[in-house]
Amino acid sequence: MALRQCAIYGKGGIGKSTTTQNLVAGLAELGKKVMIVGCDPKADSTRLILHAKAQNSIMQMAADAGSVEDLELEDVMKVGYRDIKCVESGGPEPGVGCAGRGVITAINFLEEEGAYEEDLDFVFYDVLGDVVCGGFAMPIRENKAQEIYIVCSGEMMAMYAANNIAKGIVKYANSGGVRLAGLICNSRNTAREDELIMELARQLGTTMIHFVPRDNVVQRAEIRRMTVIEYEPTAKQAQEYRDLASKIINNKNFVIPTPITMDELEELLMAFGVMEEEDESIVGKTAAEEAIAVAA
Amino acid sequence: MSNLTKEQAEALIAEVLEVYPEKAKKDREKHLAVNDQSIEQSKKCITSNRKSLPGVMTIRGCAYAGSKGVVWGPIKDMIHISHGPVGCGQYSRAGRRNYYVGVTGVNTYGTMNFTSDFQEKDIVFGGDKKLAKLIGEIEGLFPLHKGISVQSECPIGLIGDDIEAVSKKAAVEIDKPVVPVRCEGFRGVSQSLGHHIANDAIRDWVFGRDGKDVKQEFVPSPYDVSIIGDYNIGGDAWSSRILLEEMGLRVVAQWSGDGTLSEIELTPKVKLNLIHCYRSMNYIARHMEEKYNIPWIEYNFFGPTKIAESLRAIAAHFDDKIKAGAEAVIAKYQPMVDAIKAKYNPRLEGKRVMLYVGGLRPRHVIGSYEDLGMEVVGTGYEFGHNDDYDRTIKEMGNATLLYDDVTGFEFEEFVKRVQPDLVGSGIKEKYIFQKMGVPFRQMHSWDYSGPYHGYDGFAIFARDMDMTINNPCWKKLQAPWLKKPEAEVEMAKAA
Repeated sequence: MALRQCAIYGKGGIGKSTTTQNLVAGLAELGKKVMIVGCDPKADSTRLILHAKAQNSIMQMAADAGSVEDLELEDVMKVGYRDIKCVESGGPEPGVGCAGRGVITAINFLEEEGAYEEDLDFVFYDVLGDVVCGGFAMPIRENKAQEIYIVCSGEMMAMYAANNIAKGIVKYANSGGVRLAGLICNSRNTAREDELIMELARQLGTTMIHFVPRDNVVQRAEIRRMTVIEYEPTAKQAQEYRDLASKIINNKNFVIPTPITMDELEELLMAFGVMEEEDESIVGKTAAEEAIAVAA
Repeated sequence: MSNLTKEQAEALIAEVLEVYPEKAKKDREKHLAVNDQSIEQSKKCITSNRKSLPGVMTIRGCAYAGSKGVVWGPIKDMIHISHGPVGCGQYSRAGRRNYYVGVTGVNTYGTMNFTSDFQEKDIVFGGDKKLAKLIGEIEGLFPLHKGISVQSECPIGLIGDDIEAVSKKAAVEIDKPVVPVRCEGFRGVSQSLGHHIANDAIRDWVFGRDGKDVKQEFVPSPYDVSIIGDYNIGGDAWSSRILLEEMGLRVVAQWSGDGTLSEIELTPKVKLNLIHCYRSMNYIARHMEEKYNIPWIEYNFFGPTKIAESLRAIAAHFDDKIKAGAEAVIAKYQPMVDAIKAKYNPRLEGKRVMLYVGGLRPRHVIGSYEDLGMEVVGTGYEFGHNDDYDRTIKEMGNATLLYDDVTGFEFEEFVKRVQPDLVGSGIKEKYIFQKMGVPFRQMHSWDYSGPYHGYDGFAIFARDMDMTINNPCWKKLQAPWLKKPEAEVEMAKAA
């Protein structure tokens, strides 16, 4: 089987890292050889696989060693649950330096060192929530990830972010081979969430590949720095991640997305009652002005 | 007289513009003009200080070049850190011939390159710690330095390093000024913004210290002046300074050629600021006028006519003793001027020159050519603004060419058609025109000669122009095998 490279994007805090690691554990259980590349300076994309706080990152080790040329692949790559290979790009603390450059440097290093030439079935890039600069788009440039999965929920900002990410994919889809492969709904238990995300997916030209329900076992596993599949293989939630994994294995629905306008998104949200119709008459009115209006 | 009429010059510009695509043509035509002395404001005929077009081979530099290369670099007892990757500092090292006296590496540092040599990790994790460490190392290795400036290269602005915070902290630690300069190369349209940023940094970070670094008591005199905007290329400031001193003035500071930090700090105590390069330092002169009530005047020490005019204008700000001093200086050098003219004018009379220089010389050197009987038939600025062109219109003859931020193509075409006897521009232009068989002088570096300022400089200037224009090499440009043998010529005559 040819190597498939996938990138996971989505709004910050939506559960990208948790979903990625659980799904990768599911893939590994099905006998797939997988590598996770964390593209977030927080370096928390591999902790559930390695049972570690935060893996030593490529950029941190490069800084300690002098330069990235001083590193070897085995220095930066750790192997965890069911032989899942783990790499973190790493980067600076918030407020200094350039995290985007860190991602670029790290991915170039992995390529030059032949990390992708090994006997791998999947590579998953777990990317920082907001694609703030070119560096965070590195995983979807040419010869990198071809499939993008967007993690979202039925909350307005998560869907807004999903639509924005779809816009970014269009840009790179036209210059390279990157395609949107589906939405993963990481449920927040909002009303008619599954229908809403399916409708959003339809409008974006893709599908909701799986609806991951909310379950406290995820948090219980996380406290132990484990995936659900490893912590409690018989849990119902473990089966959900296995389902997601097998759906990804069989996924053939790769599209150039059709992002929607802000108005269309608002219409969708209103149709599902997530957002109320805007009352234009109150825009820009202070409390005092409103009081006068009421008195009159 | 220029051999072009106004109509011919306009037609030439139109013809040169013809090769451009529509959009480029529309932009470039605003930067090209035929001089008309009757125009009061240059904005009616020429646009300047705008972004260059991609692909046109502009000759401009960047903000870092303007700050590190021009304004700060020559301050000799300070160490100027090129903060960022190694190239900017290394390729601008000692390139500008700002002469200075001192022991390099001990109490002066002009030709050395200090850089933070950014690597990937510094980009990713930020370079503030490295900068702090570098300042500490400088203090240990070069304890006699008087202060440090941090010249930002592009990445510093991109990654948002807080060099101000590092500088403030380090200044306290080493008890010397540490000046952060935000002259990232991508800022502005040319080196001009770098000059402005550098001026502002002096205002905020040097004047802001209120002379804390001036160790000796300063005893003011009524004749204190400063030379501002003379970078001492080939010794220019020295041949200027002696004239001011001979007329009875005391030169307290040189900005910044062969200048020191304490001179900069003493400048707010002078009676009059004398500005040579207006473009690069008018900002600080205006600031001193506002804050310290110090008047300033522009002067021009190229060629005896402008020198005499300038000496008298400067003297007018002082008492009769200085006025008499100015006259004495002019009289003293008159025999020298006469001798120079007697020797060179017969060889140079009527020769035509085209110039393209930076921000001052495109107008300031016109007088010295005219003193030699020559005529400037075209001139332009790399990074001048419209106040520079306002001052240029009066210096240039009618129907001469003005070209702002000239492109490689335009300059070549103008020279081909106008066929001047000399082109004066920079190193990037030099070999193009020499290969075309046109005598050429570098007017940034004085072609490794100089000084050209002052009476002493005029003697060297006249000699250099003569040896370039009248060099026998220009008659040898035809390959020998292309020449008709003399016998054939004789036979043709006989037939």
